[in-house]
Amino acid sequence: MHPLADLDHAATTRLRPQVAEAMAPFGSVRYGNPSGSHRLARDAVRAVDDARERLAQVIGCEPGDVVFTSGGTEADNQAVTGGMPPRPGVPVCSAVEHHAVLDVVEALDGRTVAVDASGRVDLEALASLLDELGDRVSIVSVMLANNEVGTINDLSAVAAVIAAHEPEVPRVPLHTDAVQAAAWLDLRTTTEDAQMISLSAHKLGGPKGIGALVVRRPTTVRPLILGGGQERERRSGTLNVAGIVGFAAAMELADAEREATTLRVAALRDRLAAGLVSAVPGLVLTVGGGHPGVPSSGATATLPGACHVCVDGADSEALLFLLESDGVMASAGSSCASGAQEASHVLTAMGVPPHTARGALRLSLGRDSTSADVDLALRVVPSAVERVRAFS
Amino acid sequence: MRVLAALSGGVDSSVTAALLQDQGHQVVGVTMKLWGGESDSGCCSVSDVEDARRAAAQLDVDHHVFNFGEEFEEHVIAPYVADHLAGRTPNPCVECNRRLKFDVLLRRAEMLGFDAVATGHHARVVTVADGTRRIGRGADTAKDQSYVLYPLTAIELERVLLPIGEMTKDVVRERAAALHLRTATKPDSQDVCFITRTDGRAAFLEQRAELHPGRIVDTDGTQVGTVSAVELVTIGQRRGLNLAGGSGRRFVVDVDVASATVTVGPPQHLLRDEVALDTMVWATEPVRGRVRVQCSAHGAASDALVDLQQDGRVIVRFDEPQRRVAAGQSVVLYQQMETVGPDGTPGIDEVVVGGGLAV
Repeated sequence: MHPLADLDHAATTRLRPQVAEAMAPFGSVRYGNPSGSHRLARDAVRAVDDARERLAQVIGCEPGDVVFTSGGTEADNQAVTGGMPPRPGVPVCSAVEHHAVLDVVEALDGRTVAVDASGRVDLEALASLLDELGDRVSIVSVMLANNEVGTINDLSAVAAVIAAHEPEVPRVPLHTDAVQAAAWLDLRTTTEDAQMISLSAHKLGGPKGIGALVVRRPTTVRPLILGGGQERERRSGTLNVAGIVGFAAAMELADAEREATTLRVAALRDRLAAGLVSAVPGLVLTVGGGHPGVPSSGATATLPGACHVCVDGADSEALLFLLESDGVMASAGSSCASGAQEASHVLTAMGVPPHTARGALRLSLGRDSTSADVDLALRVVPSAVERVRAFS
Repeated sequence: MRVLAALSGGVDSSVTAALLQDQGHQVVGVTMKLWGGESDSGCCSVSDVEDARRAAAQLDVDHHVFNFGEEFEEHVIAPYVADHLAGRTPNPCVECNRRLKFDVLLRRAEMLGFDAVATGHHARVVTVADGTRRIGRGADTAKDQSYVLYPLTAIELERVLLPIGEMTKDVVRERAAALHLRTATKPDSQDVCFITRTDGRAAFLEQRAELHPGRIVDTDGTQVGTVSAVELVTIGQRRGLNLAGGSGRRFVVDVDVASATVTVGPPQHLLRDEVALDTMVWATEPVRGRVRVQCSAHGAASDALVDLQQDGRVIVRFDEPQRRVAAGQSVVLYQQMETVGPDGTPGIDEVVVGGGLAV
């Protein structure tokens, strides 16, 4: 058996055994629908309420602010639209948002804000766009950390720009897609200035199909999905009790282990990044690595697990195929519905030249990553690059 | 061998992968995503990728998707538009084979460590007496696709497998049904994959270029009608012209885009004794003498004599006058050659010896 290294933790993570264990009774023994009134229902309500409170603790919000959704995408859609019918006005987001935000903003004829060479939102550009739009701005959405390159935004600074735009009556909410960041950053401090936060369980050891939109009072949202009026009329549909329980368990574990995990994974990431740069000529770190013609961003804060590189003269698709043959599972950043690799809007917005972006490689580490994973990547990436270049 | 099988999501390529497995090859499937736009002609859509993926899963074959959209745009779409604007007949399927499947994909396959690329074309790779390879006609003569594969020279054919070329379409479908492949009853793909049946060429070209109205005249110069887009008229076309006056069947016998003039005339005006070719591709060495000539994807072959000019052009002289070949159209030359079967059995096959574009 060949060694395998999952270096695609930004895509998803393994369900943690403790989480699976916490979820196990719900659906088999404790299978009640929380929207009822009898004993089984009350048992389920209690589990959901309990999970909601524990999540609120980790997020740093009120339990009533947590609206459970099917995942990050739904949360992003509800936040940006404001529900159904959409909030009037022009939504604004950064140019490097996940498509779950970006495509909604585009569908609503919204506007995007430029980012710098490291992928951070350009605060001056945001300020001037808000000035231009005046009181027509409906929402500002800026991700806490980027899912491709891992760059972290300072949301307090973003909130300050919005506050300066409307010093008297604050009205425009700041939404942040924290789906990628939640596994790593303390939301209590990093998202305290955001009125809405999107989260997803499966990025941090929880199950797929469950997430949340946090809506801090006095900000409100209408439902995107109508029906039985669950979640205080903000999201209908029978609650995914097992998922909610698993989500809370995963968030609590991640929170408790945050410091240790961050230190350990960041060290692995640093060794991987440094090793790749020294072993592969023409390979640059996408954030802070300095592309030809693009000013270096200096020391930019990135997620501990993020190692995004661009390999000059190598096509991502071919590279990924060869890496997989050698046991390394990675990604190029974004895939379309068919599974084909597409040019990344994130790299384009960062000003990475197209021929460099063609060789994009996202190696993302997670809590489960080991030193052996890094060793394997350092062994196989250089030879894969060499082969792709030799045949190009 | 390690074989990369190009899976379009259709029945032919699905069975190709199955046959290769049976032959003991190590097979990986790949779907080329070539076209991001609308398509209803049975190619390249997300649902085709899904069909390919499901067929691969049924065969327990790994499946990948390669995005060659940029290359397709550059080598197939752009020339297609340019040819129309210049009044030439484009060959998108020939160009896709030449540039995408048997160039970009073949090189990618080599890069990834594969020994060969296989496709579900109805044509055969045959070995001739000197040991080199040629494209032979598919066993299903009604489905034969050797014409669109003529740019493959003996060199590329060293690394190309066309396993279903030995089978009729009915047998392919039976085989797919026996394997319970979900593609077994999928209709054949037709037409050009990036042109939708509902909107057609006109809508596609209008998005990318300016089309020009033109005059229709008969052979003595009398105007007999108009067309909304001279770029869309094809030599030999008869329908959709709404001609005034005159009697008898009239066909487009000439199109001059520069002066926006379409000339119509009786069918005998379409007949030519010869056609000149450029941009020639030869399977190995240039060929002189007796050949069989095929001038369209599903046209019948006719007998001719081929002659090489000093300037590299090739003159094909038909034994019997043939309908005029539009400029830019692919013309493929075949000869009967002695072949050697995989088990050493000698045979005679009609194989592609070369081809080029009508001047």
